[in-house]
Amino acid sequence: MTTAIAIGMDGLIYASWLFLVAAGLTVIYGVMRILNMAHGSFYAIGASAGAALVTWYFANVDGNAYWSFLLLPAAAVVAGVILGLAVEQGLLRFLYRQNEILMVIVTYALLLILEDLTKLVFGVDPYFAYQPYGLLGRCEIAGLIFSNYDLMLVAVSATIASGAWFILNRTVTGKLLRAVVHDREIAMAMGVNVSAMFAATFVVGATLGALAGALTAPAISVSPGIGVEVIILAFAVVVVGGLGSIEGAIVGSLMVGLSRAAAVHLAPEIELFVIYGVMALVLAVRPQGLFGRAAARKI
Amino acid sequence: MKTTTKTLGSALALAATVALTSGASAADEAKFRLGLVTFLSGAAAGPFGVPAANGAKVLIEALNDGQVPAPYTAKGINGVEIEPVIIDEAGGTTKQVEEYRNLVERQKVDAVIGYISSGDCLAVSPVVEELKVPTVFFDCGTSRLFEENKTPTYLFRTGPDAVIDNIAAARYLIDTGRKTDSIAGINQNYAWGQDSWADFKATMLALKPGTKVVAEQFPKIFQGQYGAEISAISVARPDVVHSSFWGGDMEALVLQGTARGLFDGRTGILTTGESGLDRFKAQAPNGLILGARGPFGALQPDTALSKWFTALYNAKTGLQPTYPTSKMAQAILGLKAAAEKAGAKPGSLPSKEALVGAFPGLTFESVAGTVAMSRAGGHQALQDITYGEYQYDKKADKASLAKLKTYAGDCVMPPDGISSADWIKAGFPGAKCN
Repeated sequence: MTTAIAIGMDGLIYASWLFLVAAGLTVIYGVMRILNMAHGSFYAIGASAGAALVTWYFANVDGNAYWSFLLLPAAAVVAGVILGLAVEQGLLRFLYRQNEILMVIVTYALLLILEDLTKLVFGVDPYFAYQPYGLLGRCEIAGLIFSNYDLMLVAVSATIASGAWFILNRTVTGKLLRAVVHDREIAMAMGVNVSAMFAATFVVGATLGALAGALTAPAISVSPGIGVEVIILAFAVVVVGGLGSIEGAIVGSLMVGLSRAAAVHLAPEIELFVIYGVMALVLAVRPQGLFGRAAARKI
Repeated sequence: MKTTTKTLGSALALAATVALTSGASAADEAKFRLGLVTFLSGAAAGPFGVPAANGAKVLIEALNDGQVPAPYTAKGINGVEIEPVIIDEAGGTTKQVEEYRNLVERQKVDAVIGYISSGDCLAVSPVVEELKVPTVFFDCGTSRLFEENKTPTYLFRTGPDAVIDNIAAARYLIDTGRKTDSIAGINQNYAWGQDSWADFKATMLALKPGTKVVAEQFPKIFQGQYGAEISAISVARPDVVHSSFWGGDMEALVLQGTARGLFDGRTGILTTGESGLDRFKAQAPNGLILGARGPFGALQPDTALSKWFTALYNAKTGLQPTYPTSKMAQAILGLKAAAEKAGAKPGSLPSKEALVGAFPGLTFESVAGTVAMSRAGGHQALQDITYGEYQYDKKADKASLAKLKTYAGDCVMPPDGISSADWIKAGFPGAKCN
């Protein structure tokens, strides 16, 4: 029984982290059809910015420790907005007519450039911004101890997922976005400012990536190279759920998170295989992913 | 931030030095061109590569200025100025083999010191013998190095074999009276993690038959999130949790494990934990056992040379040397000792053959005590190893290691001619322990 509860809890916590990482990636692909490899860099820069700000705060300000919970998202929003605008306005908007494969290569180059830039700005020493992680204490569930910070991340992920679903399905902006997703040219002909939609979407996606990094920072040692590692997992999640689908990212995160947790507890030797095994299985049955729509090719 | 800025500043200063020196004439006989290979980018740069590069910079400057205490008072190497040529170890084994060839054939280095990754060491080692350039591996620990290359000539390793990390870890647990009825391990899923766990498990079973192995976790390297693994180990309720995690993975495990009670009421032992000593603060529990892969970093013996180097490094970088720093310094001093033993006239360089002839059997003083090049036909260093308990003083905001216990190299390293696995299985024949 303890093992079953542990699998459920671990799977849920890991899934919430996976969703945080994958949400921005799937939003950008859904609207812009860009498989953004640089999303890993947004995650890394958000983590570095959040960790640096929290480290500075605890070293130099004798204030309330709980302010650090605001500093993390603040750092992520500043980093995400600046980066998102710079990348979209400075590079991507000139390439929208290029095919998707070229955009993968362009954003991969961007990943490499941003990784070096991160080192120049934040240095190569790891940041250990641990204070927020311990502030909320811990709780015991079925004899197992869990960090309340991890449980808070589950709530944050659920809020972001609900918010994204609400905006896309229940607001005018969401309707306009869905129109752009459905057919960019027709939407433009109907008077939708597609360029502004693209810029806003990319900034939101970049900010979500940076937010995932900033909220993860207190639980890890933030060091160069962390962005490259998460991008592969994020791809696995969005491919399982269907590229561009928020619902897909939620279900994909839960499937991968719970399967991995079950493997770690019951058969640790196949833990790594399980993540990609789930992906392969889904793709064998539904090549477009669980929530992806099979698209007719334009000739 | 201040620390990071200083570290980055040191790294940039080193890069600038290299940029200025890389255009020097290869035929410039007034200088000893020393290739240095360490991670300057990627996940291993922060905890290992850059501290090692900074250690090299600080020591080479002091050597060239003739400021190093006895027995290293001669300037540079045998009175010849050392000119560093540093390259990044990142990029994988194929790239490193190419880079090594470049160092030798185009940069015309007189010797090479480098390599943190065991994979890089194994890939480069045959090329060392092919190109016939004295090469010292300063950090990589794979036991396979001299098991695969049985007749080395130009290749040396001044850092200990990794097997001693885990044999000494098991001995420390038993000698300090820890409860060790059941053990669990969380190690990275590649050769380093699997070999480390295999050595530790085999040693525990050999020293204390009947020990139960209750959980074995092998997460992917750089995974960063260990929630499920921590739960799985907690459910198994072991007395001991062993890990050879390094760098950011190790620090993340400590942070998440402490928050989730992984080390409550049981002993945690981290074979590379010393590299996080200054960052753990209250996030690691007092009593956590940390190693430094030898007597390095905070576990350096209290010798005049060690104290001098620690003070110099601290003055130049604002940091305490961690084990990669000490191991790099040890390799440079070993190369200098061998070159000066080779018998060339002061102010001139020995031939490569004379240098490699002087290395086997050499005993030299390092910043981490005495090192004997006495294994693998004199190509592998034999050295003590120390473990200690983490203690954090919250009032003073200072971490230290207590209850230190040192094991002689002869106690924890197999003699020539037998693999580490067979030596452990046979009950450590010939081990000389106090």
